Amino acid sequence: MNWFTNFFSSSIGRKLVMALTGLFLILFLVVHLAGNLQLLLNDGGKAFNIYAHTMTSNIFIKIVGYVNYTMILLHVIWAIWLTRTNKTSRPVGYAVSKNSSTWSSRNMGILGTLILLFLVFHLQGFWYRMHWGPIDTVSYDGEEYRNLYAVVDFAYSHLWYTAIYVISMAILAFHLYHGFGSAFQTLGLNHVKYNPVIKFIGVAFAIIVPALFALIPIVMFLN
Amino acid sequence: MKITLKVWRQKDNNSKGAFKTYQLDHVSSDMSFLEMFDVLNNDLVQKGEEPIAFDHDCREGICGMCSMYINGRPHGPLQTTTCQLHMRSFKDGETITVEPWRAAAFPVLKDLVVDRSAFDRINQAGGYVSVNTGGVPDANEIPIPKADADKAFDAAACIACGACVAACKNASAMLFVSAKISQLALLPQGQPERKTRAEKMVAQMDAEGFGSCTNTLACEAECPKGISVTNIARMNREYYGAKFSSENV
Amino acid sequence: MKLDSKIPEGPLAEKWEKHKFNLKLVNPANKRKYDIIVVGTGLAGSSAAASLAELGYNVKAFCFQDSPRRAHSIAAQGGINAAKNYRNDGDSVYRLFYDTIKGGDYRAREGNVYRLAQVSVNIIDQCVAQGVPFAREYGGLLDNRSFGGAQVSRTFYARGQTGQQLLLGAYSALNRQIAAGKVTMYNRTEMLDLVVVDGKARGIITRDLVTGKIEAHSGHAVLLCTGGYGNVFFLSTNAKGSNASAIWRAHKKGALFANPCFTQIHPTCIPVSGDHQSKLTLMSESLRNDGRVWVPKVARPGLKAKDAANIPESERDYFLERKYPSFGNLVPRDVASRNAKYACDEGKGVGSGLAVFLDFADAIKRDGKKIIEAKYGNLFDMYQQITGDNPYEVPMMIYPAVHYTMGGLWVDYNLMTTIPGCYALGEANFSDHGANRLGASALMQGLADGYFVIPSTIGDYLANLGWSDKVSADHPAFKEALANVNARLGQLLGIKGKKTVDQLHRELGLTMWEYCGMSRTEEGLKKAKVKIQELRDEFWNNVNILGSGNELNQELEKAGRVADFMELGELMVDDALHRSESCGGHFREESQTPDGEALRNDDKFAYVGAWEYRADNQPEVLHKEELLYENVKLTQRSYK
Ligand SMILES: Cc1cc2nc3c(=O)[nH]c(=O)nc-3n(C[C@H](O)[C@H](O)[C@H](O)COP(=O)(O)OP(=O)(O)OC[C@H]3O[C@@H](n4cnc5c(N)ncnc54)[C@H](O)[C@@H]3O)c2cc1C
Ligand code: HEM
Ligand code: FES
Repeated sequence: MNWFTNFFSSSIGRKLVMALTGLFLILFLVVHLAGNLQLLLNDGGKAFNIYAHTMTSNIFIKIVGYVNYTMILLHVIWAIWLTRTNKTSRPVGYAVSKNSSTWSSRNMGILGTLILLFLVFHLQGFWYRMHWGPIDTVSYDGEEYRNLYAVVDFAYSHLWYTAIYVISMAILAFHLYHGFGSAFQTLGLNHVKYNPVIKFIGVAFAIIVPALFALIPIVMFLN
Repeated sequence: MKITLKVWRQKDNNSKGAFKTYQLDHVSSDMSFLEMFDVLNNDLVQKGEEPIAFDHDCREGICGMCSMYINGRPHGPLQTTTCQLHMRSFKDGETITVEPWRAAAFPVLKDLVVDRSAFDRINQAGGYVSVNTGGVPDANEIPIPKADADKAFDAAACIACGACVAACKNASAMLFVSAKISQLALLPQGQPERKTRAEKMVAQMDAEGFGSCTNTLACEAECPKGISVTNIARMNREYYGAKFSSENV
Repeated sequence: MKLDSKIPEGPLAEKWEKHKFNLKLVNPANKRKYDIIVVGTGLAGSSAAASLAELGYNVKAFCFQDSPRRAHSIAAQGGINAAKNYRNDGDSVYRLFYDTIKGGDYRAREGNVYRLAQVSVNIIDQCVAQGVPFAREYGGLLDNRSFGGAQVSRTFYARGQTGQQLLLGAYSALNRQIAAGKVTMYNRTEMLDLVVVDGKARGIITRDLVTGKIEAHSGHAVLLCTGGYGNVFFLSTNAKGSNASAIWRAHKKGALFANPCFTQIHPTCIPVSGDHQSKLTLMSESLRNDGRVWVPKVARPGLKAKDAANIPESERDYFLERKYPSFGNLVPRDVASRNAKYACDEGKGVGSGLAVFLDFADAIKRDGKKIIEAKYGNLFDMYQQITGDNPYEVPMMIYPAVHYTMGGLWVDYNLMTTIPGCYALGEANFSDHGANRLGASALMQGLADGYFVIPSTIGDYLANLGWSDKVSADHPAFKEALANVNARLGQLLGIKGKKTVDQLHRELGLTMWEYCGMSRTEEGLKKAKVKIQELRDEFWNNVNILGSGNELNQELEKAGRVADFMELGELMVDDALHRSESCGGHFREESQTPDGEALRNDDKFAYVGAWEYRADNQPEVLHKEELLYENVKLTQRSYK
């Protein structure tokens, strides 16, 4: 093994992959949220559909998209690798265990898997339809747009669909509750002055972002 | 006090183990946890039953030899070593479950005794400054800022008991390893070998089969010497820096 | 037998340099042809093993713990002395030498002690170079404190964990050599016998404590660095595993045992809390820098620490300050211990009756809690953890406990025992502390022996021996030793009596403490001798050790050690009995001044008493090495 692969398969190097990809995904979440919030504009979906169109056509954004898929893939593959080897480090467990750590931190694997399931469901439902699926079109100012808004609107009119989204966002919240601060520690960014700041932003982020994501289906469902 | 003890008994590394329950009727609250075991062992021998094997030596909380997982926590309910735990921390009539450290890298040798030689091998990989005896400069030649010396000391206070590994869900040894890497990275004496040290010690840690760090911070919460996870962050930095800038390909 | 200390001729300050020059050297290319066995990897053993490996010798090192880093040295709290004179307070090599000789009550060799003071300076340099985080001042230079009765500040320290940090330094040097393949380390391995062929030490027999495997190891020389034997007393501040077995077996193979009765009793330990007590915890004596020792003037049986504040100042007896106005609470250990015992003998003891107060109220009032916490925080925490009392609010209770054994294998200036090729280093030898050890000097001696003395002196023996002169482990002498060790283990396992090892050990300890402890009388010692013989008989007929020898068997380990204590205990009593003077840690009630202070008898006893083993159950033979004082004048110690 050369130093490079050696690094990324080491216990610490693998965590660096998790932290970098995780932070990238966090950034992506912000962008994604900004786009999604347009669903709540009272314009019959126009802004959202134009946004969705740009996301699939602009070459720069397409590249960012591929980077994003790669990041998710890396995050997931490294997560599985890491979690599995971590398990083999303790083949025999304890009969009694009292934990002195947060529940989220101990269950990142489960939380991540649930998020992954959600992602499959989510991509299949919206992203796939947007790219390749049968989908109606609308026209704004003489231009044809795929009406993703209608798909979303229809989906969120079902209680079970909305519920899955809300629950998944709760799961994401727990993942972020630990993940945000953890990524900084992994990067080696631990400093008496800034730790409280990171902690505060992390907790705020873990609550606000998933909450806003969850707000969308709730509002649309109630409408 | 009356105490019920559930203790892991295992003949040797190749045998399967199981819990055994013991009843103790005359436990004084001033006893240390290990003295309670002495009393039990004394009774066992007199009954013709083999006493429970457990590691201990200094009984002062400094050698790091004692290592019991008590009621779901390494070294029991207080943030101290097993030998410094006293029965006054338990309630009359309580049931106490005692297990050995559990980690692939710490095989059980007998009952509550585990093999922690992996820690030695990690230190052998680079936990030193390469100076021979003699021919060193005067001790006051290199002034070291007190703050750095204090931080180095905080890290050096590790007793290598392995509670961090026992506490971690991944049986990770990061707290232990980072304490040594930090101590030497903080001091001028450690600079010449700083990069290779980080690379080699981490490589050995991985080879021993310890897990990664999920930053649950359980290690810090259980460390009897209060070693801080800031050391892990420092080790991460040291390791990245070393891997990307050293000339070891 | 004539005991030749091999102290070099010439002026004190030149002895060591001259000696080093006169010693034969081993050709660097030949060093790797020599195998050296180092038993014990505490401060003395680790430093020796590492330094010898650095020189090129092949080293095999052994310890009974699971790692060298756990040796008993790790527990030393207070500090290490060195004549650096960084404080400009009048310290010098000569002063450290003088203080150590005087502190040892003039029962140590001038030449050895002077060398110790000389190399003390190098030790600090060495440790700092290894990255030992000693305490520093804000300017970045090393801090010092005054310790254990010294009137200069020459003690280097690392919070309350100096021994730990020094040991970890030596351990790191050892690790480096293990990694380099120059040291083979055997953890969880106990030496059970020394193999002597034609009068020379040729190897050892060991037991793997995990598998029970008995093995022979041969080498050109054997270094015993196995620490002290304070656990003869069962209760002591030593680690539970500390034992005399290695040196005792060497003794029975011909190494003389010097001054066995010189035991140091440390004044500031946490008192016994009940019959279950398994060991005693030392509180660093640096506490006496700020704590004041007192008892009530009128006996108050059962007085608790929380009620101490109710005793008005006028009803308190600060007995050390009263009796020793110039040293006060900082009198040497033996004086402080004995006076605590007297106070308790008079019925003025507090708590269980076997304790005196060590009170920080005044210091906290003077300096503030913060400063006291910075100095003693971890000690206070430890005290609270063990006793449940908070020393910031109530006085501590302390009582003396066995702490260190100045006696040990007799060695010459080269650290060689009377068996050629067998060396003893650190607390295992008797060399530098005379009848009483000063605080912060054991760490210094262990490291001096290991880092600086043995690497020079061993070469002389090896060069004279020649590398080809090695006995292999197949030699009949090894076979015989193996058979003996196996037979003894078999015998122990076969007794299947009614008492546990600990029970018998505890009884031995009580006898030793009662009659051969802080103060001794001829009558008591004679009683003790009979009692020990009876106990030993009982041990060999009535001990119960379960399990087998082919597995991890902690009872068997303990039994082997206690069996040796049962023999050593009697020798300690013999030694104490013959030395009818009071000196240092050895206080003979028959020999005191009119006001109750220790009375030394230099005309009769200014010698090292070294005992020769002849055969089981036969009296040992005393040999005397006269002590010559050419530089210091022998005076009665006075701390008034
Ligand atoms: C609580 C306490 C505090 C102290 N504080 C100070 C202080 O502040 N300053 C100071 O100068 N001194 C202090 N001392 C004294 C000092 O710590 C010791 O004298 C010194 O550390 C002894 O070192 P050593 O290397 O000779 O032996 P040890 O450290 O005892 O090492 C003995 C070694 O021998 C091994 N061993 C023993 N028997 C066998 C065997 N049969 N087979 C194989 N291996 C064996 C052990 O495994 C161990 O590695 C203190 C002592 C105590 C108890
Ligand atoms: C939007 C989606 C996601 C975001 C924002 C995200 C973010 C993060 C972050 C920031 C971390 C912390 C990294 C560190 O400790 O250094 C992390 C850890 C983790 N993530 Fe994710 N993640 C997401 C999706 C997933 C998915 C789909 C999985 C699937 C398996 C997953 C599994 C994990 C695991 C197992 C860890 C912990 C790794 C460890 O330290 O042991 N995550 N995540
Ligand atoms: S026995 Fe030494 S730390 Fe507990």
